[in-house]
Amino acid sequence: MSEGIVYPGPKPLVEERRITRCSQETVDLGKEFGSRLRSGAVVALVGPLGAGKTTLVQGIGAGLGVNEAITSPAFNYLLEYAGQLPFCHADLYRIEDARQFFALGLEEYFDRDGVLAIEWAERIADILPPRTISLYLNPLAKQDEREIIVCLGPPHATK
Amino acid sequence: MRVLAFESSCDETSVAVLADGVLRGHVTRTQTLHQAFGGVVPELASRSHLEQILRLTRQALTDAKDSLEQMEGVCATAGPGLVGALLIGLNFGKGIALSLGLPFVAAHHLEGHVWSAELNGEKIPTPFLALLVSGGHTQLVLVEAFGHYRLLGSTRDDAVGEAYDKVGKLLGLSFPAGAAIDQIAAEGNPSYHRFPQLMMGEDLDFSYSGLKTAVLRQVQKLEPSEVQAHRADLLAAFQESAIALLTARLRTGIERFHPRALVIAGGVAANSILRKMARDIGRTSSLPTFFPDSSLCLDNAAMIGYIGEKRLAAGQRSPLDAPVKPRWSLEELREPENSISQKVISQTEYNDCTATSQS
Repeated sequence: MSEGIVYPGPKPLVEERRITRCSQETVDLGKEFGSRLRSGAVVALVGPLGAGKTTLVQGIGAGLGVNEAITSPAFNYLLEYAGQLPFCHADLYRIEDARQFFALGLEEYFDRDGVLAIEWAERIADILPPRTISLYLNPLAKQDEREIIVCLGPPHATK
Repeated sequence: MRVLAFESSCDETSVAVLADGVLRGHVTRTQTLHQAFGGVVPELASRSHLEQILRLTRQALTDAKDSLEQMEGVCATAGPGLVGALLIGLNFGKGIALSLGLPFVAAHHLEGHVWSAELNGEKIPTPFLALLVSGGHTQLVLVEAFGHYRLLGSTRDDAVGEAYDKVGKLLGLSFPAGAAIDQIAAEGNPSYHRFPQLMMGEDLDFSYSGLKTAVLRQVQKLEPSEVQAHRADLLAAFQESAIALLTARLRTGIERFHPRALVIAGGVAANSILRKMARDIGRTSSLPTFFPDSSLCLDNAAMIGYIGEKRLAAGQRSPLDAPVKPRWSLEELREPENSISQKVISQTEYNDCTATSQS
């Protein structure tokens, strides 16, 4: 019952494709994914409003051993957590392009130890490091169902 | 005591001059991220806080009709916030303190919001219940005394101000949408649609992600023409649900902790429905309700100067190598500590530095 994914660019190389049926399953998938990440990992999350990006990041954080609540950093741009690895969660909802990202000094987080997860990362696709792993979240026609696709490399830019 | 205060934890670059708790000069510049940056070299020139801070400092001093030499203390936000942004205000403040040999205090951003209502000149009786509501925060805090904070509840996902802005964007409003929603919703019928009343249990936490998604689903369900025709109704229904959670938490907080006052602070404290409902709750419980002036609801250096001065006046000193604290819970704070001994260290550092720069 997929509505079909609308890719902003050419179809990326798919490493893994999963369907989650509720937010708990999305959290669980995030945990599994997060527990496999190493220091230096950059994770780009791409999907529309309400797709479950923050929910997936909550799972990734849990997989990295973060015990406290992971909340949306949309207004703070970035929130830091301490897990087995330092974990940074960025949200570029309020940023339009890479120049604004630089204006806030956020590119410094690419070079820090730990894991960096970025929501709305397609807005800075051009400056994401090549090691970026992209997670596409696609809400399906059936409410609460999500298709989640893991791809290697930065997401394709919008526009 | 005359103090110079800096705030640069997120979007706003702000400088304030205060004397004995009274604001004398205050300038805030919000990063206009939506303006074209016009081809500046990103790594150097476009650090907006850095570009603005000197100009804003001069302006705040001019407005206060004070000179830098008249300052008796300096404070700056050390956290929580963005590392790169915090570093600019904190280090600029330290630099001024060092060059003038003034005492310095590293301030907590949220402690500033908690006490921002006292900039009106009123004293808030403790213990009080503070609801901090903004785009980045949704917290219920029990303020036992200055420096003693108990976090009773906070959001598990989105902040309430974030829900306002995202719902506003869904319905075609520009960012930030809080003021526009407040205005448009006043003409709408909140019973047009019933959005879920989330998390109405005994817990004191908040959640706004589900409400945001519920509005999204409803908007997707309707024809664009219907959405347009019922925009005020949808916003009124959203607002009713959003505010109901805040007021439910205030009521539970009052029942459980018996505060002597209520404080609503942060950007969403400017919302007229929240103000009205909080006042009603205060009246019913015979508690005075305090709000900061609407010009001091957003991030600003005035509130940082207010709490910074209290700490400086009590003898607290932060060393000049005090780090930024991107993660910093209110509960880690303590009452101001008289640490004049550390002032000697700062003075030594000051002398060392002058010696080095002269050699």
